[in-house]
Amino acid sequence: MNDNEAGAPPFWSGAGFKLGVRQAVVAMPVMALFGFAFGAFAAHKGLTFVEASLMTALMFAGASQFVATEIWSHPMPVAAILALCIVTGIINMRYLLITGSLRPWLDGLPARQIYPAMAVLTEPGWLIGLRYRAEGGADAGTLAGSGVALWIVWIAGTMTGHLIGSLVADPQRYGLDLIMPVFFTVILVPLWRGARRAVPWAVAGASALVAARWLPGSWYLMVGSVAGAIVAGLQDD
Amino acid sequence: MIEPLIEPIGALAIVAMALTVFLMRAGGFWLMGHVTVTPRVRRMLEALPGSILAAIVLPVVAKIGPPAAIGAVAAAGLMILFRNELAAVVAGVLVGVAVRAAGM
Repeated sequence: MNDNEAGAPPFWSGAGFKLGVRQAVVAMPVMALFGFAFGAFAAHKGLTFVEASLMTALMFAGASQFVATEIWSHPMPVAAILALCIVTGIINMRYLLITGSLRPWLDGLPARQIYPAMAVLTEPGWLIGLRYRAEGGADAGTLAGSGVALWIVWIAGTMTGHLIGSLVADPQRYGLDLIMPVFFTVILVPLWRGARRAVPWAVAGASALVAARWLPGSWYLMVGSVAGAIVAGLQDD
Repeated sequence: MIEPLIEPIGALAIVAMALTVFLMRAGGFWLMGHVTVTPRVRRMLEALPGSILAAIVLPVVAKIGPPAAIGAVAAAGLMILFRNELAAVVAGVLVGVAVRAAGM
């Protein structure tokens, strides 16, 4: 497939990388604070500084890090790794669509100029890139630049959050246990596409509530998610 | 207090999860143009993110009680009004903390 849309043919430059870093500045406060929230949450859940930092640096996927932290345990059963990966894969499945949407712009560039940028792509970086492209930009270096800049801010935020969060003697008093449910409720809002499309969500939530009562560990997560997807599959358009 | 910085199995879990995320990020770009997604499969994929979030949130909210429930509803309301994730999260957590402080 080689159908670059109306825009100019893609290229990659160091100047573009620097431009990407500057473009990312608008998203940095949010990145830093969510990183901080994750670090504090991880400390509250008993993850060590090294575990939280490594997770944050290697995954760079906030929602799934919160979930992995929620079901993290010391010691970790080997079987739990498979469950963690399945849940991580499902939560980040949206990236299949997000990075897929960049193909019309980047098609034709060598892999070494594309995949490193994909590895550090998040929603803010993606939105910044789409806007730049819509304004006629073609330099793929901007995607890598904004991605790397936000990645560094994210890691710094997490480390700070973990250090300060672990000093807090009574995390509940400061609402650290509330960050995760509140954050996830908030990111549900932009996903809203009308009541009909939310029926699977309601089924997922209700199934998870029931499953949490009867099943061990985090199985409620899989039960609820799969129930929601099945209902969506049964709905007619 | 001496705690291990990280257990080998924990490191393994993190690396495995990181590879999974990378597969999604690289895979989307790679797959685009190679697959045809039927309408049914597309509907199921589209419903997944919201279903996952609902399945995570509701049991946690039920476990924590009014501080989480009221905080989450307040945050969702603010998000609908102002479309600012960060402000909504901060305000929602503060509402939850206030509810807790009020003894609910």
